[in-house]
Amino acid sequence: MNPFLLDSELPADPNSAEAQQNAYTLGPIQAGPACCEPTPLISVEALSLSYAGKPALSDISLDIYQGCITALIGPSGCGKTSFLSALNRLTDLIPGCRVSGRIHYKSRDIHATGQDVQGLRRDIGMIFQKPTPFPLSIRRNIELPLREHGMRHAADLEQRVQQVLQDVGLWAEVKDRLDAPAQALSGGQQQRLCIARALALQPKVLLMDEPCSALDPLSSGVVEDLIQSLRGRYTVVIVTHNLAQARRIANYAGFFWVGEQAGCLVEFGRCRQIFETPRHELTAAYVNGARG
Amino acid sequence: MTLSPRNTLSLSRADRQLAAVLRLCALLAVVVVLLILLFLFGESWPILSHVPVWRFLSDDSWHPGQALYDMSPMLTATVLSSAGALLLAVPLGIASALFSSYYASPGLAAVYRRLIELLAGIPSVVYGFWGLTTLAPLLGQWHPPGVSLLSATLVLALMVLPTVALTAEAALLAVPQHYYRCAAALGLSRWSSLVGVVLPAARTGIIAGALLAAARAIGETMAVLMVAGNVVQMPHSLFDSVRTLTANIALEMAYAMGDHRAALFVSGLALMVLVLALVGLADAYKGQAAHD
Ligand SMILES: Nc1ncnc2c1ncn2[C@@H]1O[C@H](COP(=O)(O)OP(=O)(O)OP(=O)(O)O)[C@@H](O)[C@H]1O
Ligand SMILES: [Mg+2]
Repeated sequence: MNPFLLDSELPADPNSAEAQQNAYTLGPIQAGPACCEPTPLISVEALSLSYAGKPALSDISLDIYQGCITALIGPSGCGKTSFLSALNRLTDLIPGCRVSGRIHYKSRDIHATGQDVQGLRRDIGMIFQKPTPFPLSIRRNIELPLREHGMRHAADLEQRVQQVLQDVGLWAEVKDRLDAPAQALSGGQQQRLCIARALALQPKVLLMDEPCSALDPLSSGVVEDLIQSLRGRYTVVIVTHNLAQARRIANYAGFFWVGEQAGCLVEFGRCRQIFETPRHELTAAYVNGARG
Repeated sequence: MTLSPRNTLSLSRADRQLAAVLRLCALLAVVVVLLILLFLFGESWPILSHVPVWRFLSDDSWHPGQALYDMSPMLTATVLSSAGALLLAVPLGIASALFSSYYASPGLAAVYRRLIELLAGIPSVVYGFWGLTTLAPLLGQWHPPGVSLLSATLVLALMVLPTVALTAEAALLAVPQHYYRCAAALGLSRWSSLVGVVLPAARTGIIAGALLAAARAIGETMAVLMVAGNVVQMPHSLFDSVRTLTANIALEMAYAMGDHRAALFVSGLALMVLVLALVGLADAYKGQAAHD
């Protein structure tokens, strides 16, 4: 047996009723009713992406299921970050970046012209590999995006700040120094602050690009537990190079690989299936540590 | 003891030689500044030895021939015109830097930057010419006499604008791109990302640039001499003619003798002290920002 097989959440038979039920409702925080059918929240169809004419992703199709944690794995440079950026249109910021194909979210195509990009990014938040608190106080870090989205009353702001800091387990550590500069926090605390800042906007989806890779194992563990606790309440898409971590926390997994010219999606499915019974030999080699 | 690269790195021989040369250069700069101060002090001594310092601010008028040495109108003119110039140039300079680094297309930004650099290179006497032949008559039609505190302020503002714009742009470029991406990912508009995140991150550099511009405005002689009207009087409105300390030195040095000459050196000393106070302020601010 594999020593990493800790995901007791997934029973052996992926088709059993229990498996389907547990797919995205387990975790320390159980919000909302346990659903039985995984429903796609984001559908990606034939997504291709290129930087200044150089293709980086070709023909990606997959569904992101509501309330689940979806892990994206694959070697460096296969386009995982590019894929995440396409999901909330951060690709718009890169000159020369072209996206084709369709990404449906709430039955609209997010790359269609005339979309409310700010609203979209509020719904689909993103956490980056490098913890990036703004050069402001801890409190202002969280309040800034809230004010931008129309929350003005001091009491509301105060309450939301406290709530999200409690959600990420940072409240006890920082409640006495909310007005201290955020950059004085440790790396792990900074990353949790960034997650809190994203959660404050009450997004539907959180995109996380290697959120633990700049952290030491202990902080990484704390952040990982935090991500686990988001299951069910939020839909999480996480890119990670830590296969054991992907295996521990994800319900679904996608394996990216650098094809002839551009990155492509080799295999997508239930996490357990990808890790234990991969259909593609590249996947098997990668998850067993032979390649990549 | 603080840990800085200076006392943690061991130095190779080449490093040590370079350090010696650099130390010599630094020492030279310090010695030159001290010598200038000493020289100013020495030249002012003939009058400082028998006229108490406060009389330079409280005498009835500036009539050195009659041993009346009130410099306060000229000091006021220097301070007001420089402060007014900064009040105009700092917001415009920041706006210009934001435009060229975040709003203009790359091609336009390059052309625009050249233009600002060109503006920085125009000799001050040319600004004076323009002010004398174009700006002052124009203002004179509106509110005679035209050569006034207002025209001096406007010409100074135009002169220091490129300094502020170029230093602010350098400070903006030094802000990691990542901040902007993060702010965008939180659904902040371009404007709120810039005001809320990027400008605070760049503020140390911007303030340093503004202080540099202030020193330049205080020291400017030629352009101000040509457009300020040079009447020694306490200004009561923006339209009054004024004479700045620098202009006074340039105008009277040619024929000043004895105590009159020494009094002009006192005004030079006053200018020097003003600029040194600004530099000290900048240092204090930087020191404080480093503790943030
Ligand atoms: N801003 C950009 N401009 C041009 N090319 C880019 C840009 N960002 C990424 N690329 C290219 O696109 C490809 C995919 O990059 P991407 O960052 O998405 O990979 P990744 O899977 O996230 O890699 P890693 O695991 O190292 O983070 C790479 O070949 C990279 O060189
Ligand atoms: Mg990446």
